[in-house]
Amino acid sequence: MLKIKNLHASIDGKAILKGLNLEINPGEVHAIMGPNGAGKSTLASVLAGHESYEITEGEILFEGKDLTALPIEDRAREGLFLAFQYPVEIPGVSNVNFLKTALNEIREYAGLKPLSAKDFLQLVKEKSALVELDSSLATRSVNEGFSGGEKKRNEIFQMAMLNPKLAILDETDSGLDIDALRIVASGVNALKTKENATLVITHYQRLLDYIVPDFVHVLFDGRIVKTGGKDLALELEEKGYDWIKAEHA
Amino acid sequence: MKKYSEDDLATDLKNQDYKFGFVSDIDSDTIPCGLNEDIIRLISEKKNEPDWLLASRLSAFEQWLDMKEPAWAHVKYKSIDFQAIAYYAAPKQTKKYESWDDVDPEMKATMTKLGISMVEQQRLTGVAVDFVMDSVSVATSFKEKLGELGIIFCSFSEAVQEHPDLVKRYMGTVIPPQDNYYAALNSAVFTDGSFCYIPKGVRCPMELSTYFRINAGGTGQFERTLVIADEGAYASYLEGCTAPQRDENQLHAAVVELIALEEAEIKYSTVQNWYPGDKNGVGGIFNFVTKRGVCEKNAKISWTQVETGSAVTWKYPSCILKGDNSIGEFYSVAVTNNHQYADTGTKMVHLGKNTKSTIISKGISAGKSQNSYRGLVQIHKNAVNARNFSQCDSLLMSSECGAHTFPYIECKNPTAKIEHEATTSKIGEDQLFYCKQRGISEEKAIGLIVNGYCKEVLNKLPMEFAVEAQKLLTLSLEGSVG
Repeated sequence: MLKIKNLHASIDGKAILKGLNLEINPGEVHAIMGPNGAGKSTLASVLAGHESYEITEGEILFEGKDLTALPIEDRAREGLFLAFQYPVEIPGVSNVNFLKTALNEIREYAGLKPLSAKDFLQLVKEKSALVELDSSLATRSVNEGFSGGEKKRNEIFQMAMLNPKLAILDETDSGLDIDALRIVASGVNALKTKENATLVITHYQRLLDYIVPDFVHVLFDGRIVKTGGKDLALELEEKGYDWIKAEHA
Repeated sequence: MKKYSEDDLATDLKNQDYKFGFVSDIDSDTIPCGLNEDIIRLISEKKNEPDWLLASRLSAFEQWLDMKEPAWAHVKYKSIDFQAIAYYAAPKQTKKYESWDDVDPEMKATMTKLGISMVEQQRLTGVAVDFVMDSVSVATSFKEKLGELGIIFCSFSEAVQEHPDLVKRYMGTVIPPQDNYYAALNSAVFTDGSFCYIPKGVRCPMELSTYFRINAGGTGQFERTLVIADEGAYASYLEGCTAPQRDENQLHAAVVELIALEEAEIKYSTVQNWYPGDKNGVGGIFNFVTKRGVCEKNAKISWTQVETGSAVTWKYPSCILKGDNSIGEFYSVAVTNNHQYADTGTKMVHLGKNTKSTIISKGISAGKSQNSYRGLVQIHKNAVNARNFSQCDSLLMSSECGAHTFPYIECKNPTAKIEHEATTSKIGEDQLFYCKQRGISEEKAIGLIVNGYCKEVLNKLPMEFAVEAQKLLTLSLEGSVG
């Protein structure tokens, strides 16, 4: 589904990703861990198409298409979803209106008709239950005045509504208490199918107790330096990142 | 992928075309350019006016001659040559239409282009429309139906002929000619406009609407609107404006007076889309408008405006809260792009006890435009327990535009409570990125964000107007994204 080959990316002339390789197949859950400044969030931004980053070398194929040639919105319409670390507030725009616009743009791209109001509301009802999102949040302005936990749940709610092929969760566990973490994780697990894939970016092993990865990658200094199964996450939790830093310094 | 920068956005915005820039090919009956007593006599004569009105025009003209063009507004424009303007242009058709079928097909086509086909309007929306092209009102619908309730809704000229007592009694009582330079000019040379009277205790069952359009070249439009809501009456009045695209600047100096007697309520909504000039700042309407209402006891006046057009806008719809417990409201969205200037706001003058006013102003600036809020909240000595809340927000779309706020507060009563909030923000790159990551195109994203930002004001517009205003906002700001 996603093939990243020798990816180099920089921001303001500063190289952050320095030859990253990664392959994700349908049905898989991958976790990327690593110390601060390793380039984890940069990878998420580059995949989504954030314009501050420049790709200097390498390629990204998504379902066989050159992702770098697509504008941000077309990447989303192709089925790439980013759950933001810091979800953005949009005052005056209701969550429902926002999602309806997004969903219908994605449907139009796929050659489908807009969803009827009735079907849309049914979908909202169904999916908001999945992340135990208070129905009043659906009608409030996008993320405005939401608590940290509500914002993260709202991200997963949007993911459920838009039904992406590849979901990237960027530090979704940050700022969540244990109950919220469990709700978010169970939402993500419920959305898992054989056709879609998840890329979890996280600092801590904690989230991976709930969203169990098939592969764990360690990102250090812009490259993936180690790959293993879920046990690698436990090892990192125990030993920290210093031994990896020492190995690759 | 190339970064879509603010500069690109600015370029896209610059290339927006004015969509109402057609000129109707209708013969105009225009009098020679210039301004002097003879011209005023000629206008008055053409309109078959009573002597008192001519006398009032001449006195206003005399006062105007002694006045100076105000220079305090934060606007820049080529000074106006008042002798180069024709002060009267009527579509060449002497008699008023008996029925809709008699109306010149070309004129009907104009209305259709404006999106206000009368037939549609009558059938679908139940809006009564008084259509003013250049200086003469050409058709008024629904008059009969309104007549049954005793409501008078007609052109100003018609009111002068048929309801001279009402006109004489109220005209100039809220905005006397000496009020300001443009009000004096209007009082001297006004040609037509709308008149509305709602009798005691009557709630007008439909939105009253006037569509203004400047068609003839080299003309000014000086319309005069007078709305009177008698005791306990209610009216909602809509005003929409467009003008064709021309390289020259055209002057629009209107006067609107609202009178809300005891317990009455007037809601006055404007969507102004005069031609703003091209992307280099050539042409466009100079919009110098005086709008003011007076509230008697327990009365309420609410101004809502969406201003997207005109090269220069100078406009302060105001409320004189004369009666106890009266309420004044001002909700405004002003959008400026390219080289437009807008200096707009309101005056809330609290005279009575327990008077309340609310001001919500949303400015959006793009291109190289300058957008200013200017407001005065004045609490007089006897206005015990007066309350005001003001909120002035500015949204910047480019790095070359400007947003300014000039709030004045004068308070002479210690029991008053006045609140003022102001914010300035830039349209967020992070908001755009977030929207686009959800599959929303840049154009739709800007539309969503801007409409969300203006929601408090748009919500105050009547339904059919709100939809038009939303489209207009999106139209004025969106770039064709490449």
